[in-house]
Amino acid sequence: MKTIPHEKIAASRKIKIGILNVLMRLSFLLILALLTGMIGYILIRGLPHVTWSLLSQKPSLLHDTDGILPNILNTIYIILITLIFVLPLGVGTAIYLNEYATKEKIVNVIEFATETLAGIPSIIYGLAGMLIFVQFFNLKTSILAGALTLVIMTLPTIIRTTQESLKTVPDSYREGSLALGAGKWHMIRTVVLPSSIDGIMTGCILSIGRIVGESAALLFTAGMANNILNTGQAFLPGNAGSTLTVALYMYAKERGEFDIAFAIAAILLILTLIINMSAKAVAGGMRGRA
Amino acid sequence: MDILQAKDRGVNSRDSSAAVHLSAKFHTFEGRKSNKAREKAMTGVFLICGLISIAFVIAISGFLIISGLPAIGQIGFSEFMFGTKWASTAATPSYGILPFILTSIYGTAGAILIAVPVGLLCAVYLAKFAGRNVAVVIRSSVELLAGIPSVVYGLVGMIVIVPFVRKAFSLPDGANLFSAILVLSVMVLPTVISQSETALLAVPEEYEEASLSLGATWTETVFKVSVPAAKSGIASAVVLGVGRAIGEAMAVMMVSGNVANMPGLFRSVRFLTTAVASEMSYSSGLQKQALFSIALILFVFIMIITLLLNFVFKKKEKAS
Repeated sequence: MKTIPHEKIAASRKIKIGILNVLMRLSFLLILALLTGMIGYILIRGLPHVTWSLLSQKPSLLHDTDGILPNILNTIYIILITLIFVLPLGVGTAIYLNEYATKEKIVNVIEFATETLAGIPSIIYGLAGMLIFVQFFNLKTSILAGALTLVIMTLPTIIRTTQESLKTVPDSYREGSLALGAGKWHMIRTVVLPSSIDGIMTGCILSIGRIVGESAALLFTAGMANNILNTGQAFLPGNAGSTLTVALYMYAKERGEFDIAFAIAAILLILTLIINMSAKAVAGGMRGRA
Repeated sequence: MDILQAKDRGVNSRDSSAAVHLSAKFHTFEGRKSNKAREKAMTGVFLICGLISIAFVIAISGFLIISGLPAIGQIGFSEFMFGTKWASTAATPSYGILPFILTSIYGTAGAILIAVPVGLLCAVYLAKFAGRNVAVVIRSSVELLAGIPSVVYGLVGMIVIVPFVRKAFSLPDGANLFSAILVLSVMVLPTVISQSETALLAVPEEYEEASLSLGATWTETVFKVSVPAAKSGIASAVVLGVGRAIGEAMAVMMVSGNVANMPGLFRSVRFLTTAVASEMSYSSGLQKQALFSIALILFVFIMIITLLLNFVFKKKEKAS
């Protein structure tokens, strides 16, 4: 940063520069305060209430227990079911766009559709999911309907990250494989996909982040029940269940039990941190190799 | 990877029989008729995968239009859009969503007015002034802020901002448009910061060097050269922020008071998003259909933003 000596600058310029510098640093400090304040506040209010009995029980009026075990399980089920459906679809779309598509028009339309999906707010997903999966396909309010709604929502993430990593696979890999006589699908399966596994992983982690944080799209699709379901039940229509975020909303807004709400908030915050860090670690590994 | 390594081994080894063996294996592989059929089938499978996101967009639009239009037709378009009174459960119900539309517009505008100057200045600081380590730490914290679920923002807003607004302005209730704007602006900040920082970092160094060599100071250079050069990226950051603010439901629901008033800064209000969410669970008949119509209007707003991002800003980027 080589600049001309300060004393040679006219006073009016100095004032302007000074104001800009002050404003900039103020905004920066504001953001800093916001970050530390918010993260600190959530952890301080929430962590003391994160106890083993909270994590390992289900809420029951009869036994007078509070617990978020059902919500933890439901979150895991929804993540699993969503990924099972969205991974093949998203990776398949990315492969089509990157390896197969020859007509620019189709590519443009698909990419526009993907960006549209990425821009739709989650409350609209919730409504569309309710109309399509809960009512039209008659899955009722269920974990399955919620997960299928999230499949549409997370599809753009998987497509984008997979596509980005497919682009980093050198053409020489493809040519080498084809030159040895491999068919196109054989080449993709054995050469292209294994080399872009980190991009797919990043997509998965980012999608998990979105699923963990989602609430509006699940309110009317996965429901608000707090029962413990086993893995088999989670895949069946009609079994409703609320995730951690929906439970937080219910505890805070409907019941005014803020201690549990903050405990869930602290858990969600830590989960978000872990998800961000692992996404970065995987993406960093990708960049390091490319 | 196995094949690649095998290929490398085959090429590198002096004994060419390995390579011959490999290619022979592939040759027979490709020669089979079933294999050709499989190639064709896989091409079809991938094409279907590719088309499925288009199908999803069509399905969502279709379902929203089919469920949303009847109520608009029944209520009347102008009464629905410009009616100032929403009383869906009254004896003689009236379905005017102008309060929701205006609240969404005011709320989004307010959030953008706060978040864009602060976020942009912070992005400028991070991209052009801050030390490398500071920038890295703040960048990941901003990403954390972006990843925090909206209900958590709502919770903090409920417990911290709403009481604060009530005390600061000595109001009977702090759950109003102003609190919602504050929460929304915090939620929009990460988008604005990270998008505009990316745009600022992409400005070619030559521009800045040229400005410096003409005698401008670094601060002047950044604000008069780098920021204007990144303006299309910054503009798309703003539009993305608008999209996020207008679509936010849960956090706003928890802090805005959720009463169908015409918007006022210190009045309890309802947004387009919260209007849909708050009555959905107990509504039926025309009331429920009207909620779908609200969702349709919101969807139209979002589509306009998406089109703007895709055709105005992308075109500009391509041109420049």
